[in-house]
Amino acid sequence: MFKEMHDLFQWAWLIPALPFLSFLLIAFVTKRSKGLSSTISIISILTSLGLAIAIAYSVIQAGAEIVENPSITSVNWLNILGLKIDFGTIIDPLSAMMLFVVALVASMVQIYSLGYMKGDKGWSRYYAYQSLFASSMLGMVLATNLLQLFIFWELVGLCSYLLIGFWFFKVSAREAAKKAFMTTRVGDFGLLLGMIFLYTKFGTLDFAALSTALSTNFQNIAVVGTVSYVTVLSFLIFMGPLGKSGQFPLHVWLPDAMEGPTPVSALIHAATMVVAGVYLVARMYFLFDASPAALQFIAGIGAFTAIFAASIAIVQNDIKRILAYSTLSQLGYMMLALGVGSFSGSMFHLMTHAFFKALMFLGAGSVILAVHHKQDIWDMGGLWKKMPITGWTFLIGVMAISGMPPFAGFFSKDEILANALQYGHPIVYAVGLFTAFLTAFYMCRLFFVVFMGPEKPENHTHESPWSMTIPLIILAFFSVVGGWVALPEHNFAFFVHYGEFEHEAINWVLAGISVLTGLLGIGLAYAIYVKKIILAENMVLRFSGVHKILKNAYYIDELYLWLIEHVMGGVSRALYWFDIYIVDGIINGIALITRGSGKTLRLTGTGQVQTYAMVFFFAIVVIFMIFAFGENQLTALNPLATLGGVR
Amino acid sequence: MSLSNLSNLSVGLSTYLLVAAMLFCLGLYGVFAKRNMIAILMSIELMLNAVNINFVAFNRFLWNEKVDVHYVLTGHVSALFVIIVAASEVAVGLALVIAVYRNRHTTNVDELNWLKW
Repeated sequence: MFKEMHDLFQWAWLIPALPFLSFLLIAFVTKRSKGLSSTISIISILTSLGLAIAIAYSVIQAGAEIVENPSITSVNWLNILGLKIDFGTIIDPLSAMMLFVVALVASMVQIYSLGYMKGDKGWSRYYAYQSLFASSMLGMVLATNLLQLFIFWELVGLCSYLLIGFWFFKVSAREAAKKAFMTTRVGDFGLLLGMIFLYTKFGTLDFAALSTALSTNFQNIAVVGTVSYVTVLSFLIFMGPLGKSGQFPLHVWLPDAMEGPTPVSALIHAATMVVAGVYLVARMYFLFDASPAALQFIAGIGAFTAIFAASIAIVQNDIKRILAYSTLSQLGYMMLALGVGSFSGSMFHLMTHAFFKALMFLGAGSVILAVHHKQDIWDMGGLWKKMPITGWTFLIGVMAISGMPPFAGFFSKDEILANALQYGHPIVYAVGLFTAFLTAFYMCRLFFVVFMGPEKPENHTHESPWSMTIPLIILAFFSVVGGWVALPEHNFAFFVHYGEFEHEAINWVLAGISVLTGLLGIGLAYAIYVKKIILAENMVLRFSGVHKILKNAYYIDELYLWLIEHVMGGVSRALYWFDIYIVDGIINGIALITRGSGKTLRLTGTGQVQTYAMVFFFAIVVIFMIFAFGENQLTALNPLATLGGVR
Repeated sequence: MSLSNLSNLSVGLSTYLLVAAMLFCLGLYGVFAKRNMIAILMSIELMLNAVNINFVAFNRFLWNEKVDVHYVLTGHVSALFVIIVAASEVAVGLALVIAVYRNRHTTNVDELNWLKW
């Protein structure tokens, strides 16, 4: 049976290859034909989904074997002096899980886009980019080495740029796309540096090889003071996920990325691309595990991002922005889980979050279309009656993210929080718990304001078409059952774990506390926005200063703009001065010297015969002197001869 | 004062060579510094004649030790050749001067500077 599986795993490269082929076809062949473009794209992603399901099934059948011996297929790609890189696919439970999640969400989003993007002039271009993104993300999760992963990492960044700026005629969309790309680039700089150091140190970028090299050859060489080499490497490599997964301080691009179409936000900025950073940390976990300082840092950054983003989300009014900050907060959870050592918790949350966040984004898109492209939640209201499917599925998503059992978010969030406390990080646990409260609060605030309350008759709402509601239903299904993989004997953690596996039973006390905080958040939102016991407007007036700071996202964007304007601007002005006056000055100086000497030397060409006759005479005198007084004494006077070493 | 005391004042080879050198330098100066084309030609003649003096002086002073014959005429013949060549050269030179004068109406060598930058 393992042989059959190995045969199947050898075809894993088809999973990213098919959407890429679809991209090429749409971009070069079927651009004119809208129907054909979307058909090709959806067929390719559904085929990839089918293959992903088959592989995931085989992985589960393989049981413990596949955890120990992942199936790696690779070919040698680069073999130049000193640089040897392979290209290949790795099938282990982690990649199988990611394949399934990415393929599922991508296919749901593409089907949903049939309804959402209807009438858009860039239809073919949209589906081309969607295919390219799907191919890149699927390629990334199959990568066997860091360079291959980085190539696909950059490709997904490119697709994010293309899709955020999809409606390029809008200035805000263009600016947001640039901002996203440049912010992630800052992180990629650190990642690339880390990769280079890794390669020079260990001679390989392959995950398996690096893993064995680090475990057997672990040297605690101090680089700066007491900081070890591994810590420096970890910090550098972590810069990539810092940017890509929107951790503080490189989180600024994600809220602005909502300029893109809502299905794009669902796919890229909720479920898949932003988790690329978390996935990278998971793949390179052997490196981070060797450096406790790095793990501590990751946990701290993750926890801070979680609470930071959640605090901003509670005062936002744009439905997509609330969801964007929610994504930032949940990504913080995933990072914090990796930081405290809860590898399976983090990956589990990645999976469940993909389901319910994509669900909620698609639901938000459905709502936005229904109220004719308004995005302020206060312009909506009472949509529950007219949009039952959207309403119910969105409710499932809200319950999932609030950590209510038996929905998916409960199991994953509870695992993270329990592990945080059990592995000895009480502060992180407290931060996580409070953030859970905030999460429940703002998500229910969104739900109550949008779906409950009085309807606004000018909206003329109606339920969305089947192309949009079927993905909602499917994702809602996974949001319900997705968490149940934690329950059986061979549960999620059995397959996706790091190091030794111990079957941990659910700690019902801690689970109870998490549920309680979730209920508190829901209750508070209910009190404010439905029962209106405490009026929201009064709260805003009483805490107007805090409200203002939160609404403007702690003024981080303004701070960055100030830094760019003054610090970077100042430095660049100084360097500009240097370039104009010194560098150009040297070049112009050389030209001036040439011109000047030419001007002087040309005076010898008088055109008068007598001048030339004199030159002859002087030359004859010199030759005579050489012959008369000997060559040796006179060549000493010849500087060119002495320079040339002629004696 | 007898004639033998005047031996310091006797005219040797170096005297003739010195005179010839001085004449040559005068001619050289004239070639470099004179503006009139005819004057330059005259200076060239002066140089050639200085060379003639050299030849004749060597003829007089240098046959004594080596040659057995009472007299040689090598120097004088060379000087004769130089005179002939000088004459023909003057003819050509004057023809050039006249050609230039007919074209430019000037004998000032400084004005012949069309090859100037």
